[in-house]
Amino acid sequence: MNMILPASVSATPNGTTRPQVRIVIVGHVDHGKSTLVGRLLHETGSLPEGKLEMLQAVSARRGMPFEWSFLLDALQTERDQGITIDTTQIRFRTRSRDVVLIDAPGHAEFLRNMITGASQADGAVLIIDALEGVRDQTRRHGYLLHLLGIKQVAIVVNKMDRVDFSADRFKEISDEISAHLIGLGVTPSAVIPISARDGDGVAEQTPRIGWYQGPTVVKALDALEPARPLEQLALRLPVQAIYKFDDRRIVAGRIESGHLSAGDEIVIMPAGKIAKIKTVESWPVTPLNGSHGAGRSVGITLDRELFIERGDVIAHAGATPRDTRRIRARIFWLHDKPLSKGDQILIRLGTRETRASVVAIEKAVDPGELSNEETTAIARNHVGEIDISLAQPIAADPYQENSRTGRLVIEVNGRIAGGGLVLSVDAGQRAVPIDIVPVESALRPEERSARYRHNGAVIWLTGLPGSGKSTLARALERRLFSRGGSPILLDGDTLRAGLNGDLGFSAQDRTENIRRLAEVATHLARNGHIAVVAAVSPSADDRAAARRIADASFREIYVATPAEVCESRDPKGHYAKARAGTLQAFTGIGSDYQPPVQAELRIDTSARSVSDATDDIERMLAETGILFDELVDLAANI
Amino acid sequence: MHLLNPDSAKDRLRGADRKSGATVEQIFADGRLPPPSMDHLDELEAQSIYILREAFARLKKLALLWSLGKDSNVMIWLARKAFFGRVPFPALHVDTGKKFPEMYAFRDRFGKEWDLDLKVEPCPSIDAVDPTLPPAARSAARKTEGLKWALTKYGFDGLIAGIRRDEEATRAKERVFSPRGLEGGWDVRDQPPEFWDQFNASVPQGAHLRVHPILHWTEADIWAYTKRENIPIIPLYLSKDGKRYRSLGDQDITNPVASTASSIDEILAELDGTKVPERAGRALDHETEDAFERLRVAGYL
Repeated sequence: MNMILPASVSATPNGTTRPQVRIVIVGHVDHGKSTLVGRLLHETGSLPEGKLEMLQAVSARRGMPFEWSFLLDALQTERDQGITIDTTQIRFRTRSRDVVLIDAPGHAEFLRNMITGASQADGAVLIIDALEGVRDQTRRHGYLLHLLGIKQVAIVVNKMDRVDFSADRFKEISDEISAHLIGLGVTPSAVIPISARDGDGVAEQTPRIGWYQGPTVVKALDALEPARPLEQLALRLPVQAIYKFDDRRIVAGRIESGHLSAGDEIVIMPAGKIAKIKTVESWPVTPLNGSHGAGRSVGITLDRELFIERGDVIAHAGATPRDTRRIRARIFWLHDKPLSKGDQILIRLGTRETRASVVAIEKAVDPGELSNEETTAIARNHVGEIDISLAQPIAADPYQENSRTGRLVIEVNGRIAGGGLVLSVDAGQRAVPIDIVPVESALRPEERSARYRHNGAVIWLTGLPGSGKSTLARALERRLFSRGGSPILLDGDTLRAGLNGDLGFSAQDRTENIRRLAEVATHLARNGHIAVVAAVSPSADDRAAARRIADASFREIYVATPAEVCESRDPKGHYAKARAGTLQAFTGIGSDYQPPVQAELRIDTSARSVSDATDDIERMLAETGILFDELVDLAANI
Repeated sequence: MHLLNPDSAKDRLRGADRKSGATVEQIFADGRLPPPSMDHLDELEAQSIYILREAFARLKKLALLWSLGKDSNVMIWLARKAFFGRVPFPALHVDTGKKFPEMYAFRDRFGKEWDLDLKVEPCPSIDAVDPTLPPAARSAARKTEGLKWALTKYGFDGLIAGIRRDEEATRAKERVFSPRGLEGGWDVRDQPPEFWDQFNASVPQGAHLRVHPILHWTEADIWAYTKRENIPIIPLYLSKDGKRYRSLGDQDITNPVASTASSIDEILAELDGTKVPERAGRALDHETEDAFERLRVAGYL
């Protein structure tokens, strides 16, 4: 039939426009995967010159009969043991496409390698020995194809020569494996009787299988389609990194589904922040126009500065992924130590990484066994369903809705230990509405900037109690207001009287106190105001978190008045109370204040008048791009 | 030792000998799928950029191994695309001192033009290398030693290398993120699972990771992309007096193959039919059955 043709008929130089399809060959050990691949290469004229002769010579030297599988088992260790231990990739070409055959190991010991190989495939060939029939690894591989999301599967019943090409035996195996796969939601595209060693049914029908009317292996391979990028689904752009190599602030990532264009309104999940795509950046030509679809690695800039980090997912407003701390997943497990309830693990979903704990395990089974005995831990090479509680919220989709943002891997000790499909996501105790669609202000930040003659900012005054933070903050507020600006004072103690009234002074409550201050201040800054925050904020970590939230608009001022001066001032009487032992957890006495090392400005109010210090702050704000000297029509440049 | 005779590089196809059966079936039915919005090279590029960005995000101290050959030049081009014009980590040339003059000229010119942070590291003398290796492999192993020196000197935890699965059978088994032992060795029997573009990026103290952003490319892809992007190449790749280099290594262990291809288009047409492996001109691949594997297990590229 000569269906797979060598390259001479291709109209275009190779590697340019031809579609490529990747096909993994899986099945039980010794059922003939490597033999089939070797045979396919021979039948299609794809062997490098001299390769066959060299391997025949090697076999002769070792006193072994030549096997087609030798073509693939290029590593010496594999020849010695006669089994494939890791994935091999072989390319050949048909009339209209390039085929990459992925030969995956069949031995249970090397399931991780089978998964590595199969996960790259568009379709699969599951091979079964006609004599041995369906074995545990056949079933396991079938199950894993389902978990890996491979829906196109052709079944090959090999070694038909050893059952005298019996149509009855073929039907028996065909029925068993079809029932198994259909039960998993995978419908085989074909079931083909062959003898890989002799060539029957590989590229040509032979009289010995004359009773079979279906396609040959080659024809079945040609019916498998290349996987297509998910352009029809909603936009999902997991953020890989933020680059500031020059004056651009580029959000980089690969579009996993959907498409985007400059001007699109987007939501950054899981935080739900909104922005517009200003430009799509590239190199050497930039910026790019038009629509960019799934599969593209892109870089975008946004119309406003907001905190965004690796692991966030960019989506379009109204079609966002879920924001969750609870996930249910169906997983396969590859680690030696079984996965148990209560285990601490690391989850990777898209580019997000988060610690997590296993809350519950259900339906843990060995997919190779016929009778499924459920256990409460997932052993190596077994599968199961788990509930996971995440240390931080993430953006995810159920896999039925989006296979790219609906799958995760589990890492143990820095090594991938398992993976699986997101069955459901659940807002959990946080009770976040599933479809939050933040409403954008009617005014653009640039319009406000043009009126106030300043950009939005968060001025964060940190220092010991009594160092002069509130005094400076009030003076700064007056100064900015008198030049036409819009300053707003956020005093730590004042907010503790209301918004933060539920918080005490434990480390945890202090952290939450700072987070809320930072969120409120950032909201104001995003809307063009200058939020002036006066808060002791003794923890360097908490201040770093505040800087992350406010991002580029953050300006930290360390009010570095010496401790003894602060204590002598004691405007609120706190030092006296603390010395008397009636005020607990007071920052100032002791060494629990962690001074900033990279503040934008440092002021010692014992050595500087309030007016001079305010000048210093004003100058710093002008130098770092918050205040403008001249009125310019910024809005014109949008 | 059996060096392939370059003159046997016949442009002959086994398929041409076979009986061309009466029926050549049409494999693609018309209209089965709409045309994809990305072509094959776009897909390769997007995947490589993704890998480079993952490496930059997850490793602390990266370097890109620049061998000056066609593959690592494509890799640098991809890195410039990934990072919007500038490669944000050093380009490391582990120099055996035995490259072709054309290669050194290329390095000096494009190291500057591409604004690379170029680091050139010499290799130790041949005496420092395992004497049980066959001669050409032993010569190539100097590079492995030079690499180890550079690793110690700079403390890189990630090396980006331009190897491809289609080059050679052991390279086909590589992971995209491939952990190396403390001695730089590759444990092919215990490679971690890698799927869904999730990479193992944890490196034990003192060890490093190899990152392979063009593992999924073929030789023809490299040329087609080089042409499309107009990436400069070393002229040794083009035919002169009936021969050209398909792969460039050290002068003393690299041989040209018979070829009349004097442009990238002609190279692509030639590759379209050839059965001679790309590394046929590399002596070290053919000395013994396992010489190349031994080199790789020891940390060779």
